[in-house]
Amino acid sequence: MAEFIDLVLLAMLALTALRIIFLKDLFAVVMLFGIYSFLSALIFLNLDAVDVAFTEASVGAGISTVLMLVTLAITGRKEKQSTHSSLLPLFVVLVTGAALIYGTLDMPPFGHPDNPVHQHVAPRYIEESPKEVGLPNMVTSVLASYRGFDTLGETVVVFSAVIGVLSLLGVRRKKKKDLESGLESHRVLHVVAKIIIPLVILFALYVQFHGDFGPGGGFQAGVIAAAAFILYALILGLPKAFAVVGPRFLQWMAAAGVLLYASVGLYSMYMGGHFLDYNQLATDPVAGQHYGIIIIELGVGVTVFAVMLNIFYAFGSQAERSNVQ
Amino acid sequence: MSFILDYYNYWVVVFLMMAGFYIVISANNLVKKIVGLNIFQTSVFMLYISMGKVSGGTAPIVVEGVTQYSNPLPHVLILTAIVVGVATTAVGLALIVRIKRAYGTVEENEFDNKDDVI
Repeated sequence: MAEFIDLVLLAMLALTALRIIFLKDLFAVVMLFGIYSFLSALIFLNLDAVDVAFTEASVGAGISTVLMLVTLAITGRKEKQSTHSSLLPLFVVLVTGAALIYGTLDMPPFGHPDNPVHQHVAPRYIEESPKEVGLPNMVTSVLASYRGFDTLGETVVVFSAVIGVLSLLGVRRKKKKDLESGLESHRVLHVVAKIIIPLVILFALYVQFHGDFGPGGGFQAGVIAAAAFILYALILGLPKAFAVVGPRFLQWMAAAGVLLYASVGLYSMYMGGHFLDYNQLATDPVAGQHYGIIIIELGVGVTVFAVMLNIFYAFGSQAERSNVQ
Repeated sequence: MSFILDYYNYWVVVFLMMAGFYIVISANNLVKKIVGLNIFQTSVFMLYISMGKVSGGTAPIVVEGVTQYSNPLPHVLILTAIVVGVATTAVGLALIVRIKRAYGTVEENEFDNKDDVI
């Protein structure tokens, strides 16, 4: 049954991608991209990657789609006809595709437990991590403990992305005399948003702190919390959102998250271990792992939340500016 | 039939990758190119997650009485890659907004001779 669902979902995904190629209406392209992301999340779920599905649904279908829509508000929603012939790209793609298909025939068959990918470090993660780290969710154990360096690097990349976006666009605080923004007149949206937003934030906190035991963690929680504030900003306008969490405060928050993560590493060095060696954080190694993972997941969550929301602020204030002009 | 089932995931991954690649090199609009890039990226995610799947296994969260789990390592790699992916997409879109401001267009065939204006 799982194979059948896999077949159907992947076929739907391929059809969505095919449709995106030929559409000229970019609004429809972005909407289809949202559908594409949700379909991918379903496929990830079907392939047992629950944490990945969670992330793809909140990031791909949520944040990416919103950012692309804001960009379309600035750049316009119609793609113009290309003056170049599309025969050469088609030829390049067909040749590359054929070579890759030929390459897949050397791949080990899908889903086989004896595949090389399952032989190297995975057995150790699966068998030892519940004892060494003491968490039921192996993905969190590997993410935060075994591959803690990697995750620190990725948090820094996310942090540098916000530096890039802010230096390219900047966040402009609106003056009070400017045009009213937000969907002020939509009463139904206001009421529904006021009911939903606290629940979304509550859910984000649950995902943040329950990530050790079930699917979830700092990355997903940060994005979900940012989505709640983005909804608030979309419906009530940026000035009111700035009054709740300002862009300046978010810049500090993004840096604080990365520093919190790195300081756990430094503290474990101070305690006599290696960088990010959580065993040193408490007398009992497993308890130390618990403390370490909770703190660094918090750092990741804070950084991701602040970065996503600040990127949205940067794009949103640009769009409002171009609408005013 | 089992031959098709063994490789079906990889073939769809290649198709998606090529669809994304085609959009990147043939699309005229820069926003659409970014969408193409994202499709390409998602196809790579799909490849990793497909490789991590074990038939008859379950999600890598410890449950009593389960011995067969899917491989957690690709999940970790892709989870972080998705978040990094949206961050880089945001930088790309920010560049597009600046291009729009500087050139007044985001259509590739309209950039010609615009450099003189600036």
